[in-house]
Amino acid sequence: MVVDVRDVHYAIDKRPILSGIDLRVRRGLITAIMGPSGTGKTTLLKLITAQVTADRGQVVVLGRDVAQLKGSEIYALRKRMGMLFQNGALLTDMDVFENVAFPVREHTDLPDPLIRKLVFIKLQAVGLRGAAGLMPGELSGGMARRVALARAIVMDPEILIYDEPFVGLDPISLGVIMRLIKQMNEALGITSIVVSHDVQELSTIAHNSYLLSSGRVAAAGSPQELRKSDSEAVRQFITGSPDGPVPFHYPAPDYNTQLLTADEP
Amino acid sequence: MSNGKYNGYLREGVRRMGAVAIFFFRILIQCVPATGRPRLIVYQIFNAGARSLIIIMLAGLFVGMVLGLQGFELLQRFGSEETLGTAAALGLLRELGPVITALLFAGRAGTALTSEIGLMRATDQLTAMEIMAVDPLRYVAAPRFLGGVIAMPLLAAIFNIIGLFGAQLVGVQMMGIDRGSFWSQMQDSVEFRDVTEGVVKSLVFGVACSLIAVHEGYHSEPTAAGVGLATTRTVVASSVLTLLLDYVLTAVFIRG
Repeated sequence: MVVDVRDVHYAIDKRPILSGIDLRVRRGLITAIMGPSGTGKTTLLKLITAQVTADRGQVVVLGRDVAQLKGSEIYALRKRMGMLFQNGALLTDMDVFENVAFPVREHTDLPDPLIRKLVFIKLQAVGLRGAAGLMPGELSGGMARRVALARAIVMDPEILIYDEPFVGLDPISLGVIMRLIKQMNEALGITSIVVSHDVQELSTIAHNSYLLSSGRVAAAGSPQELRKSDSEAVRQFITGSPDGPVPFHYPAPDYNTQLLTADEP
Repeated sequence: MSNGKYNGYLREGVRRMGAVAIFFFRILIQCVPATGRPRLIVYQIFNAGARSLIIIMLAGLFVGMVLGLQGFELLQRFGSEETLGTAAALGLLRELGPVITALLFAGRAGTALTSEIGLMRATDQLTAMEIMAVDPLRYVAAPRFLGGVIAMPLLAAIFNIIGLFGAQLVGVQMMGIDRGSFWSQMQDSVEFRDVTEGVVKSLVFGVACSLIAVHEGYHSEPTAAGVGLATTRTVVASSVLTLLLDYVLTAVFIRG
């Protein structure tokens, strides 16, 4: 087991975000974490990457309980992970080449010619070797995400985490990112965790899925199993129904009463 | 104001000062490894210093010229207009040079630093560094802090030189003071401790303004409004702190 999340509770300002999550990520597989916006998907990633600590429960990553780790141990654990951010999060004062080279320069004493070769190999893998000299501001959304992917794999991580990798992409870029996620998993054997709400896309690449709803796991299994689920929350999410367990209306006072009293100051 | 509210403001003020002090120590610790990458620091000296040059030079020229006019008018009443060089030099070196440079630095370089780091926070660049096991304090905050601290005395020195030129322009060229008297009086009266006072002040202001700029950017809310608010706080806090520290340092130098 690469990631083992056991009965995790987490709240911000006493507002519960996660309420007893149980989740396992097995080595070498692509695990999808799905769910509507605001269900705690990104918080779960923050727990796995040790950016925040659970109020209750345990998060074990690569055999280490993240709550027990000190600063340097957290950094040592993170060197074994890569993460692709929703917007790429490329460093804007460096060109594409330097962005990909950044973790290597920071963590190794490799000679420059070797770093250059390594960076070009990774950029070739994402199809952007020709864009090495461009600045992040000159890249499209899809290209920025591919560069960020090259940066995430440059240190050969054991786990690769994708935070909403498909958001805002055109169909071609979306297809490219999907192919790359699959390729990274199959060719390099990297364990992948993909957080997204794109059911269609995830169902074609994920081996295992978790559906979160209101800070809990509403359903788990392969994407095919999730499709056959009887759970109302799962059905609403998969069919994209506007009303259901996740209501269309935000909690509000009675509509008629509010309209009738609208004249009062 | 009720006691409870007053206590709340006081507690919040103490909490903020404590947070800035802890941040200061964390940056100081990271300054040691940051010096291992001089290229980053040199770039930040360029960023905070060289890019502020024009505004500093323009302000220095006009402040010097005003000092020349006001000084001449005042000294003429006592028949001692020949000492204008001394008055201008002491005013610039000990007071106006460091203070106005710091205020301009806060408005030009300080705001740029805060908004740059704030946007890095808002676009997940700082989080990305943390996930890559790179401490953003070492890579982002420390070089910018050091760059600001080094740039401030250099900018103040340039401000003083241009300011003296401005005072000389008005006093000698326009008002007809003897050029020899202007410079020789200055050389006779300005002591090394006057220069030291200016350098110490500009170094302290450099630490204060750079620390506030970096702190506000680093802890800004990751939204457009949050970055804007942090930028405003940088200018206000840096300006007030500069003037407060100026009073304290002036008192220390006069007593010492």
